[in-house]
Amino acid sequence: MYGWTGKILRVDLTSERVSEEALDPQIARDFIGARGMGAKYLFDEIDPRVDALSPKNKLLFVTGPLTGTGAPAGSRYMVVTKSPLTGAIANSNAGGQFPAELKFAGYDLIIFEGKAKQPVYLWIENDKVQIRSAEALWGMDTYQTQQAICAETDEFAKVACIGSAGENLVRIACIINDNGRAAGRGGVGTVMGSKNLKAVAVRGTKGVTVADPDGFRKAVKAHIDAYSPYWMETFSRFGTAGVAVEATNIGGALPTRNFQSGVFEDVQKISGELLDAAFSKRKGRAGEACFGCPVACGRATRVTDPRFAGEGDGPEYETTGAFGSNCGVNELGAVIKAGYICNELGLDTISTGMTIACAMELYERGFLPEKDVGMKLNFGNAEAMVELVKQTAHKEGFGAIVAEGSYRMAEKYGHPELSMTSKKQEFASYEPRALQGLGLGYATTNRGACHIRAEVHDLTLWQITSWRILKDRKIDHPLDPLVFEDKHWACKEIQDWFCLIDSSGMCNFAIVSAEVDEESLRHLLETATGVSFGSYQGMMRAGERIFNLERLFNIRAGFTAEDDTLPPRMLKEPMPEGPAKGMVVQLGKMLPEYYRLRGWDENGIPTPKKRKALGLA
Amino acid sequence: MGKILYVDLEKCTGCRSCELVCSERHYGEYNPAKSRITVFRSAPQASYVPVFCTQCEDAWCQGICPNGAISREHVNGSWIVRVSKAKCVGCKVCLLACPFGNMSFVTERRKVQKCDLCEGEPECVTACLAGALQFKEAEVSTMHQKRATAAKIMESYQEVSY
Repeated sequence: MYGWTGKILRVDLTSERVSEEALDPQIARDFIGARGMGAKYLFDEIDPRVDALSPKNKLLFVTGPLTGTGAPAGSRYMVVTKSPLTGAIANSNAGGQFPAELKFAGYDLIIFEGKAKQPVYLWIENDKVQIRSAEALWGMDTYQTQQAICAETDEFAKVACIGSAGENLVRIACIINDNGRAAGRGGVGTVMGSKNLKAVAVRGTKGVTVADPDGFRKAVKAHIDAYSPYWMETFSRFGTAGVAVEATNIGGALPTRNFQSGVFEDVQKISGELLDAAFSKRKGRAGEACFGCPVACGRATRVTDPRFAGEGDGPEYETTGAFGSNCGVNELGAVIKAGYICNELGLDTISTGMTIACAMELYERGFLPEKDVGMKLNFGNAEAMVELVKQTAHKEGFGAIVAEGSYRMAEKYGHPELSMTSKKQEFASYEPRALQGLGLGYATTNRGACHIRAEVHDLTLWQITSWRILKDRKIDHPLDPLVFEDKHWACKEIQDWFCLIDSSGMCNFAIVSAEVDEESLRHLLETATGVSFGSYQGMMRAGERIFNLERLFNIRAGFTAEDDTLPPRMLKEPMPEGPAKGMVVQLGKMLPEYYRLRGWDENGIPTPKKRKALGLA
Repeated sequence: MGKILYVDLEKCTGCRSCELVCSERHYGEYNPAKSRITVFRSAPQASYVPVFCTQCEDAWCQGICPNGAISREHVNGSWIVRVSKAKCVGCKVCLLACPFGNMSFVTERRKVQKCDLCEGEPECVTACLAGALQFKEAEVSTMHQKRATAAKIMESYQEVSY
């Protein structure tokens, strides 16, 4: 096979048996890789009703056909499993160096099953694969773990691991690789912890070959030539915080004080410009890149304020919104420190920040007694926020409640309506009332609320007009974020399109910052694998197939149309200020249109006709 | 004099695209393990350093090769230290001799390999979108570095004089 390595590594942690299997070429064709292929193997191999933290759940590390190739930012892998936070399918991706290294060792995916008796880690050195004891590593933070494993195996090994949060089964634990790269969302690190799997280390020295080297080289060049100097400069110099903090605030979409507003009065104090000027180790220069990435949005930072002193990676935009504006915190040093602790202890920065924001609102409204928290927890209390992040990873004190995520916490205190979640997953740093399409996206995305599985704001806030999604409808201007009438199709098309990006092995930033259309990805995939989609429509059908398969997983797990919803604040409380002042999310008007367009019945179930058309009968 | 491969360390983002195109051009596969250029990271400094052959004027590898397999030739305006596939016997002594680690042994070919500047048109330079890797005349290559040093001196000079 080309693009793909054609090999699966199956690791039964219960019996400590490791075996190799051939990748099913038909699955590869139909589901591409990473997110899609992970969904297919998970769907085929587990009962979606299993307890996510039981040994019956499986944990998949899946690369894409472009991972480790010369495709721009072919740096990604996807962790796919059933989520302990949502009960739905989880897929969480990360870049860095680890995913390409896994490919160079010769594997498209690893399937972990069962549960190890004691803490273990997996050591992959090309064809040699060993399950090793991780007793000595248990309790170490993620940076220490990476160093210790490299010392024990190969100094050039790449490591993906969990920290205390995953070990302690905190529901919002992530998996960290290459210092501070995170497969963050949905509690994928929690599942890893439930399997007693501390880490996966890999050293690969084999190559990846593509089917049509000349065609592939041309496709890469055409893509690279289309990069927008503006996006490249902004991403690279100021990171994703530089791209988004001030722009979302201008659009009234920067979550503030647990989504009570979309406008933050101290936005300049948490901006990407300030991050570069006052905290970056690469001040005034390009950032740090993942494998093969021309965008280089990574941040290497240092905080000297003794209250929040430290150094490490990040923050990106999401972390800044979650711990900054949404906690009402206007000290960037505290935001950065909270991000460091999340990386070190293995917490998802988005869910952690958003859950603390929810706790702050519960506290301010008097629903959460101070004695339960052990300290004041008002909005803007930077010290309390940072302290609570630590407690959460260790499940100490009130951290044990935060560890359950915002929905379970708010429900415990009798006010689940204050949890800004969809399918129990915390919103990202985009306010749906000011971004109608994203409102529909939060409600319908298979892994729960998420900004990058329904990136409708690419067509509004970020003003992308080069995609066929718009061009084929003869639209040559960005869509209006406040209008809902065109968002059912925009959301559907974007969700399907991102299924493709997320399955390719490329990072979505390497696509959104180029002035290309969807055909660019098709050319890259087809020349790399030698497998033709037939047409643009054929490729988009693959994206739709992946989205619907995830939906079918969720339906079997017990989800219904009632779960395609948003908290009452989004549906009933008008936005108090900013461009979206007076607005709520028009979900009731968008959702039926969206179902119809998707070929789903009124209960949100894909019709037999739709399933057949997608080959999911 | 001729052009040399040069790196502006301030600009390198550590993306390793140079490793990818190097291995693809010479071996038809994307494989950093076979690349003749390799990027290393230091996290505390947040800096990246690509390590590559600088085509020595008086090359250690050439001097030690017992079979005369390594030569220095002027090709397309650059001086390139090359390994003759026909003459290399795979003794690997040049691996020991190169003080920078820029010789390597390719198992399936049973020969050593080194950077040949892609015969005067280095692909790694083309692939470096960060503009860190450059191919330019040796005489002028450090001018901007000196200027940056001067700027730092001027900056501190102003700070002191306030």
